[in-house]
Amino acid sequence: MTNVPVETLNETQQPVPGAPNNWRRFFSFSTDHKVIGIQYIVTSFFFFLVGGLFAMIMRGELITPEADLIDRTVYNALFTMHGTVMLFLWTFPVLVGLANYLVPLMIGARDMAFPRLNAAAFWMVPVVGILLMSSFLVPGGPSQSGWWAYPPNSIQNPTGNLINGQVLWLLAVALSGVSSIMGAVNFVTTIARMRAPGMTLFRMPAFVWAVLSAQLIQLYGLPALTAGAVMLLFDITVGTSFFNPETGGNPVLYQHFFWFYSHPAVYVIILPVFGIFSEVFPTFARKPLFGYRVVAVSSILITFVSSLVWVHHMFASYTPGWMRILFMVTSMCVAVPTGVKVFAWVATIWGGKLRLDTPMLFALGGLVMFVFSGITGIMLASVPVDIHVNNTYFVVGHFHYVIYGATVLGVYAAIYYWFPKMTGKMYYEGLGKLHFWLTFIGANLNFFPMHPLGLQGMPRRVASYDPEFAFWNVLASLGAFLLGMSTLPFILNMVSSWIQGKPAPANPWRAIGLEWLVASPPPVENFEELPIVTAPPYGYGSNEPLTENLSPSNAAN
Amino acid sequence: MESSLETQTVSVASHAVEHEHDEAGNSKFGFIVFLLSESVVFLSFFGGYIILKTTTADWLPPGVTGLDTQEPLINTIVLVSSSFVIYVAERFLHKENLWGFRAFWLVTMAMGTFFLVGQAREWAGLPFGFTSGVFGGLFYLLTGFHGLHVATGILLQTIMLGRSFLPGNYDKGSFGVEATSLFWHFVDVIWIILFVLIYLWQ
Repeated sequence: MTNVPVETLNETQQPVPGAPNNWRRFFSFSTDHKVIGIQYIVTSFFFFLVGGLFAMIMRGELITPEADLIDRTVYNALFTMHGTVMLFLWTFPVLVGLANYLVPLMIGARDMAFPRLNAAAFWMVPVVGILLMSSFLVPGGPSQSGWWAYPPNSIQNPTGNLINGQVLWLLAVALSGVSSIMGAVNFVTTIARMRAPGMTLFRMPAFVWAVLSAQLIQLYGLPALTAGAVMLLFDITVGTSFFNPETGGNPVLYQHFFWFYSHPAVYVIILPVFGIFSEVFPTFARKPLFGYRVVAVSSILITFVSSLVWVHHMFASYTPGWMRILFMVTSMCVAVPTGVKVFAWVATIWGGKLRLDTPMLFALGGLVMFVFSGITGIMLASVPVDIHVNNTYFVVGHFHYVIYGATVLGVYAAIYYWFPKMTGKMYYEGLGKLHFWLTFIGANLNFFPMHPLGLQGMPRRVASYDPEFAFWNVLASLGAFLLGMSTLPFILNMVSSWIQGKPAPANPWRAIGLEWLVASPPPVENFEELPIVTAPPYGYGSNEPLTENLSPSNAAN
Repeated sequence: MESSLETQTVSVASHAVEHEHDEAGNSKFGFIVFLLSESVVFLSFFGGYIILKTTTADWLPPGVTGLDTQEPLINTIVLVSSSFVIYVAERFLHKENLWGFRAFWLVTMAMGTFFLVGQAREWAGLPFGFTSGVFGGLFYLLTGFHGLHVATGILLQTIMLGRSFLPGNYDKGSFGVEATSLFWHFVDVIWIILFVLIYLWQ
């Protein structure tokens, strides 16, 4: 029994019948982590479309050098809202949604540690969205100070109203922080205390390690942002002097508060995506995850190192030379555990029997774009390069390769990979592949031109530009429209497959992991009896009769 | 093989029981994680205070020479002592002496209230306000945010005291009492740092 190289349920147990696929429960206050997970994913996808619409209006403006499509103030509001919506209402919630759905299943728990807290944390997300969107209706419109909300820009209040776009922005961000801290407490407690018997730390899937690492960052980082946001709110509303240079305050202090969280926040986003890669590659290469323990530990290392690098966002903000050097070195150190992961994935794929289904395509595409962003990241960590391209499109290109290239493609990989598990239906492979190619080509066409633009000196956050930048801008705009279109086959695929797709077996990919041992979709309590785990994950290859442990319906696959 | 499967099933069953009955353990763990996160908020404020104090030219508002430390010191002694009183209250609960618990619990609440009243009196007598420069803002932000925590602590204590009169609540100890007590110790430790930063390091 102890030699079986896979995670296995008690052998006497058959998969329990799936939960009813009643769509109404996804609109109700549910404490089931699976329902909440899907609520997060669907809600955040709505905001993804909203944020994408803002981006396309901006790229429409930038298709010609003149500011002729929208007003400059509207442009400023749009880039502020685009960044805010994409981070706080799309990437964070969609990844929390995936983690919510998967973590209890992957560790063999019946639910999260605090189901009601979980639901409360989710229902704050739509409220954050309403708060942010309502700023379009107040006098003066939404915040125009960018998603950083740097003072002294952000403490200017031209309308004089107490309720203005910037205040609504701060309230929304603070509420989103509260929701995230509640989520983080829940995830850390669940992973620390609710694991099935035998599920030791080094038997946890890499995705669970990644979620744990990311949520630890939320716990130590978000409070700093909240502190900064509270002080900024007082500066704007009652006239305190924390960050207002006119009355003796220090605006750079705000930048420290902001980046102490918002730099590590990048890893809150990217670590779960690393986890997704680590699940998808072994399955579709039919090989164990290379260096599983090192991949797991590198997640924790990234969490640690990420807290020591925030000043690299402030190389151009009156930062003394010694501090620049120190933070240049620590920033470059992040590349070590990250590089370890990339090598582990490449070694996993190497010599494997690759199956290029949609999840694998998205994971591979995401990995390629992530490696590119890693290279430009190292360039930006270097002080001389950073000073040169500071606040240019080079930076915009870099982080869109991380946040769109790696993260959004990674999220798509996860959605396709676990769609059969979540819905009990198979998606349409042809539409999935069409979606991938439109996305991959669109994303590169959109974001690659930003690098030459930045190196040539085009500043970010401008509604008009010198005609010499026109060529690359037109390409980027065409890419953006392609990217916008690429979501259509995705929506079509998801909606139609969920309604009338082919029923999915419990384990369509013949993957290893506890979540594949329950029915699709999983029953309300996940496991009829809690499973016992006897081996580390990713036991692909060597002992192929792993289907013996699965339901009879899968043995035929 | 057959027998080993049986052992496994037994352990599964007992684990499931353990899971269901360990909600208090989860809550305690989660609460400690939350408090760690809370402490980062305070650490951020403290960091901001230290940076602004060491870099601001006109630190104190015009006409203000410093803060009086005598009354805040008495306040500090009362608040810190209340940590011992609440511990005694908890011991009484563990020994299932409900009246002892209630008595010492009530003393804790009184000490907390004494602290809050003392702080309000201090605030009323100060010659500067929230918007009086960097120092004024930080002083009221830090003491106010801490005071909010003391008030929250007293509210939690009131709830726990009320619950002690409902039948059956404290038969086997209570997570609520433990958490409130933990929160109270946390608030005390934060105050000690705050007192050193604001009153002693002038």
